Amino acid sequence: MGEKAKGALRRAGLPRVIILGFFLLLLAAAGALGMDLGQLLGDMLRRWGMYGVLALAMVPAVQCGIGLNFGISLGIVGGLLGGLAVIELEVAKSPALLAAGARLLGEEKGPLLAQWAAVLAAILMGAALAAGIGWLYGLLLNRVKGSEMTVTTYVGFSIIAFMNIVWTVLPFQSGELIFPNAGQGMRNTISLASSFSQVMNRTLAFSIGPVAVPTGLLLFFFLCCLLVWLFLRSRTGAAMGAAGQNPAFARASGIRVGRMRLLGTTLSTVLAAVGILVYAQGYGFMQLYNGPMQMGFTSVAAVLIGGATPRRAGISHVLIGTFLFQGILTLGLPVANLFIPGSNLSEVMRLIISNGIILYALTQTGGGGRE
Amino acid sequence: MNKKTILDRVFQQKVTLLFVLLCLGGILASGQPVTFVAGELFTRAARNSFLVLSLIIPVVTGMGLNFGIVIGAMAAQVALFLTTCWGFGGIGGFLLTALLTTPLAALLGWLVGKLFNRIKGSEMIGGLVLGYFADGFYQLLFLFVFGGVIPMGGPNAGRLLLSTGVGVKNTIDLTGTVKYALDTVPMLAIAEAAFYLTAAGAALSAILKLWKRQPVDWKKTGAVLAGAAALYALTFLPAAERFLRADRLLLLWAVEGAVLTVLLWQGGGLAWRRLVRKEPAGWRRPLALCAAALAVYAATYLPAVYEVLVHVRLPVMTWLCIGALCLFNRALMNTRLGQNMRTVGRSRVAAGAAGLDVDRIRVTAMVISTVLAGWGQLIFLQNVGTFSTYGAHTQVGQFAIAALLVGGASVRRAASGQAILGVLLFHTLFIVAPLAGRELFGNAMIGEYFRVFVSFGVIALALAMHAWEKRPRPGAEGEETPAREGEAPA
Repeated sequence: MGEKAKGALRRAGLPRVIILGFFLLLLAAAGALGMDLGQLLGDMLRRWGMYGVLALAMVPAVQCGIGLNFGISLGIVGGLLGGLAVIELEVAKSPALLAAGARLLGEEKGPLLAQWAAVLAAILMGAALAAGIGWLYGLLLNRVKGSEMTVTTYVGFSIIAFMNIVWTVLPFQSGELIFPNAGQGMRNTISLASSFSQVMNRTLAFSIGPVAVPTGLLLFFFLCCLLVWLFLRSRTGAAMGAAGQNPAFARASGIRVGRMRLLGTTLSTVLAAVGILVYAQGYGFMQLYNGPMQMGFTSVAAVLIGGATPRRAGISHVLIGTFLFQGILTLGLPVANLFIPGSNLSEVMRLIISNGIILYALTQTGGGGRE
Repeated sequence: MNKKTILDRVFQQKVTLLFVLLCLGGILASGQPVTFVAGELFTRAARNSFLVLSLIIPVVTGMGLNFGIVIGAMAAQVALFLTTCWGFGGIGGFLLTALLTTPLAALLGWLVGKLFNRIKGSEMIGGLVLGYFADGFYQLLFLFVFGGVIPMGGPNAGRLLLSTGVGVKNTIDLTGTVKYALDTVPMLAIAEAAFYLTAAGAALSAILKLWKRQPVDWKKTGAVLAGAAALYALTFLPAAERFLRADRLLLLWAVEGAVLTVLLWQGGGLAWRRLVRKEPAGWRRPLALCAAALAVYAATYLPAVYEVLVHVRLPVMTWLCIGALCLFNRALMNTRLGQNMRTVGRSRVAAGAAGLDVDRIRVTAMVISTVLAGWGQLIFLQNVGTFSTYGAHTQVGQFAIAALLVGGASVRRAASGQAILGVLLFHTLFIVAPLAGRELFGNAMIGEYFRVFVSFGVIALALAMHAWEKRPRPGAEGEETPAREGEAPA
């Protein structure tokens, strides 16, 4: 029994056990302090769905062999551009869609149709852009084999910094996008209230007692997971996994490793574009400029907490990891505030947990390495 | 040298050349007088050079660009907070802070080195993530421990802590404590300290040799003491004393002094070896250097250059520290430790086979680099005079590394000259970019964003080029794929 427990501990890794223990501790503390656990659980579910697709973007990247993709900001930028275009074109305010929605869903829920059209249009545009960006990015990564993580991180930072310049000069006209009072460039945070704010969260939402379940959001997240899962089990997906696991062997069996890496990188970037839009609709705002800077780290940390390694990542890691990580952050804020009011202990916790788990993952695969 | 190799060399320096062009364009576009840019530039160079120079040793040791210097900066800020809280100021307070920083940074550097030994091959991404990780603990320390767990005393505690008594305020003002502590050390004090240090050093070495019953070169000891005393006596001349009482040196005089030193050192050395000792010494290099020095001196008579030279005043002590670190980096490479570092940097496997304790040497490199970074951050902060408690350290690594790379260094090669050149170029761009953005696009933010983009972009470029070159040449069918980051080859 003791041996078995030890084996399980070693497989899971000490940090993950600590994180799980911490989560349970916070849960117990929140319960003992008389907090509204139902509402907290609802918050957890909401954040699970919001961050899930971004974490899912790690799966194809790890499986195809480029490792943890800190550079999902490239996809995020694509997604943001898609969102901006939809607001500029006022898809959610289109009279035809609004009328159709009112006819199909009734007066009250009528706008949902137009909003769904808007968010899906944004996702499509974002994904198309991200596919192009991701393909180019994959070409770069095929030339820096062995140092992808370092390179992706800085390419990710660079693209954010580059887009900062682009955001100030983009010729969008909508008053919701640009700074008021003849300021120059796009706003820092763009409200989605009039376009697709919370459209997924509100669809089919219901409450079990105090727990609000964002059904549409979770369904969309699970759908994405299912699609990736199916893809990984397809012929191409299996070939991609083989290319990532053992490139030399894959090459010997006639798999074109470079092509598979390209495919995985593109897919990861596209998922990031989808992910940021899912996140933005749940949050109600799109953050431009330096907003997405740390998204890569958060997503990487989530899958790692779920049990992924730089060589292996699956859907279950995304589901478990995102729930645990976001659960800790959700619970941590009110619990910490009770001890030290008005503090940003939660932010400190995020820094330590997310970067600690990344360091741990590096030490697990590192050591005695390559010249 | 044929045409092709010249072109190759130029191509190798493409990042630096690109930056020279960018800087020139930026200066022209900004429409600012050169004297303004130069004044700003030398202020910033004095602040930042030490930090950038602290990056060189890990590069030589093959650990890449040390993103872990952020941790040295954190150590410095912890020490600085404590001494400020306790009310120490002036050069004494500064030295005390440096003294406190040293063990703290050494301990942290030792831990960083240990960690880096476990993630060989991914030190750079590891260092970056470690910086964020440590930032979490740093915030914990400043938000909850100071004033909360550990009660803070001292005359300035009330000024630094939040009104609740727990946690530290967002900005720490160093006015009245260590602001300009190092910059304002008068040359007279430096000369005095140098005299006493030399005398004590000579005496100590003589005593030590007597103790060990080794023969003492009394003639040499006497000459050193007499020389030092003579130089020190010169400072008592009224004219010299008046001049030395200042703490700044006109750039013009610094340049003239440097030219004179080169002429005396190189020309005198050549004459000494060829005429007095009759050794067959090469004369090309010394003469070329002397000619270059004379050319520089001639250039000071150009009106535009002269205007800059009489406008800029250098803080003597700060620049002496920077110069000392350059010399240290150079001297270290001539010691056995430095040679071992180089061997490890070339190939860990070969160094291990030669019987070197690779892990230990790597840890030593990290300790030295982290301590130097801590001191560098102190020099930076005493010049700025105020710092953001939770933000001052965050960009240290990024900007220092970008500056080093701009000077022509790479992940595997770096030298002091490249560091200084890089600081000058990088900060020129930093000064003129917002102004140029305002002039060209009517928006200063574009320039701001541009300079941040450049600092990230230049690092991304260097890392990608490094990875690109490291990759085994394609061609062979059974091309072996390199092991993934931080992974032992199967």
